[in-house]
Amino acid sequence: MFGYHLRLGLKSLRRNPVLTVLMIGAIALGIAVCLTTLNVYSMVSGNPLASRNDVVYAVQMDGWDVTEPWNKDHPTYAPWELTFRDAQAVYESNIPDRKVIMRKGAFVLGSSDEKSEAKPYIVEARLTTPDFFSMFAVPFKFGAGWDAEAERSAEPVIVLGDKANEKMFGGADSVGKTVKLDDKEYKVLGVLDHWSPVPKFYDLNNGSLDEPEDVFIPYSRGELLEVVSAGNVNCWKPEPIDSFRAFLASECVWIQSWVELRTPAKVEAFKSFLDGYVAEQKKLGRFSRPLNNKLSKVSEWLQLNEVVEKDNSVLLGISFMFLAVCLLNTVGLLLAKFSGKVGVVSLHRALGASRKMIFRQHLVEVSMVGVVGGLLGIGMGWLLLLALRQLYNSYEAVTHLDWTIGLIALGIALVAGILAGLYPTWRICRVQPAPHLKTQ
Amino acid sequence: MLEMQHISKVYRTELIETHALRDFSLKVEEGEFVAVTGPSGSGKTTFLNIAGLLETFDTGTYRLDGESVNDLDDDARSRIRNQKIGFIFQSFNLIPDLDLFDNVDVPLRYRGLNAAERKRRITQSLELVGLASRMRHVPAQLSGGQQQRVAIARALAGEPRFLLADEPTGNLDSLMARQVLDLLEEINRGGTTVVMVTHDAELARRAHRNVHVMDGKVTDFQPYEGRPIGAGTAGRAALA
Repeated sequence: MFGYHLRLGLKSLRRNPVLTVLMIGAIALGIAVCLTTLNVYSMVSGNPLASRNDVVYAVQMDGWDVTEPWNKDHPTYAPWELTFRDAQAVYESNIPDRKVIMRKGAFVLGSSDEKSEAKPYIVEARLTTPDFFSMFAVPFKFGAGWDAEAERSAEPVIVLGDKANEKMFGGADSVGKTVKLDDKEYKVLGVLDHWSPVPKFYDLNNGSLDEPEDVFIPYSRGELLEVVSAGNVNCWKPEPIDSFRAFLASECVWIQSWVELRTPAKVEAFKSFLDGYVAEQKKLGRFSRPLNNKLSKVSEWLQLNEVVEKDNSVLLGISFMFLAVCLLNTVGLLLAKFSGKVGVVSLHRALGASRKMIFRQHLVEVSMVGVVGGLLGIGMGWLLLLALRQLYNSYEAVTHLDWTIGLIALGIALVAGILAGLYPTWRICRVQPAPHLKTQ
Repeated sequence: MLEMQHISKVYRTELIETHALRDFSLKVEEGEFVAVTGPSGSGKTTFLNIAGLLETFDTGTYRLDGESVNDLDDDARSRIRNQKIGFIFQSFNLIPDLDLFDNVDVPLRYRGLNAAERKRRITQSLELVGLASRMRHVPAQLSGGQQQRVAIARALAGEPRFLLADEPTGNLDSLMARQVLDLLEEINRGGTTVVMVTHDAELARRAHRNVHVMDGKVTDFQPYEGRPIGAGTAGRAALA
């Protein structure tokens, strides 16, 4: 009987093509807008390191100005980043199972091979300690990262992102080959597989929706080569900074720090370590503010940084309200359409269709409108995301259509179609057939 | 076959009450061909709608094929309509975007018959009305008389025991009206009980019995005097 209902539904939809197109269009429009906002919302509100959420922590210490909190709106907040020397102290602790200190730098990446056709270009680099790759579960296509010894001796080694490897080596296995960063040669140790965590949780302060950096080199290279930061640097203390060394010794915060602590005991021990470190620093005249060290899990870190801005939630709500308006329009159109079907429905009733059968038949019809509207809406949503990507390059990571969201949108469309059809369908089922058979 | 006792039906609006049927009693025996006549507004169609379980009534009793239908729910009434009753309407009531095959198929779908059985019945009933060769045509491609024959085929395909016809020739010219009536007579001879509402006294005369309705009451009827002559070759028997 379902097949028969489908056939009758299809014929009924063809009977009033204009009304059908309007209904499908209304649902498609609502779904497209919902899909777009839902897609962006889901991307920015996701936790890309959910599987390691319970063991990986962002580290904060509050050595900011005693007269003014780092964040006036949230006085209890500590700076997102650490000073160079505080980060160094974290890195020297033996308590964490893994530890990462890191920052951004900018270089010109070029080929070492003079015959290569790959042109040099400016890249963002992550200068990081070696645990970065294992702690953040970064996937490798070829090779691996560097070891502690390479870090200690600031070896000129590099891990290429998949795009950089594509540009330099056409995507081939480049492990063992060399590239130039600025004028210095670096040996390629590894090439990343496609990796695009959204949001870029490990450095939310420098473009939370940006793609990961193009290349990765040892953190210690930055000190050796005196690489200036390509990310945010926040300072509060008037102090003479006339050299790179002076900058490293300053109270400016610019280093991101993460640790992996696999047991609650380690968490407690590391907290004690931080407290002890700050207490020592206080004796040296630093950290004048009350003790305010923080360890935040990735999920807490994302929340703290307000990656999902209130605007996003409001926009999501508005888009669903827009869908509701589209559905109300669809209800009106369905009422108009079904009122024109009273004669045919009466005839079906006379020929033996019960109210339940008529209800099912029309529910199938409105479901078809919902599904077709949903599919069209997904297509329109995809185009909208494409347009957003063209307009705002920085939105690239969040404007890829997540097909799970697409399927959810299809489900929403189906439910929306049925909801929109419930009242018109109920009404048509209540029709008394007799008066309409005489005059059909 | 059909037995109504003291049926009354009132249509109410906020302003007025219209007594469509008052103390309406009628008995139709199996195999009869009854013509129901009366002026416009006399209650003929209301009677037919109640007889066909398309409308409920306010008081009285109604037994169809020995079963009381007073308290049946919508499912049961729909099942009886589908299995025991065939309808023929003045305006044919064919579904315009379904071809003849699919139009005749509608009641059979609700019966839940399998595809082979449905096809057999559809072909047979369209053959009976002489339109089997045009089963893939849509109603708009047929004349009024042909459309009414399709409506008859649709009614017959369900092999009803009881055929209700509401002014079946009202929209036809005299030649086509005669053809349709010939067909109804043939169906009746096959054993199907036929109740026909008509204005046309000449058509009514061809029934075995006339029932005259006035102001919602039966005012005159000819008693049933046994099975009509010549019964037994077409209609339900032919499709069985």
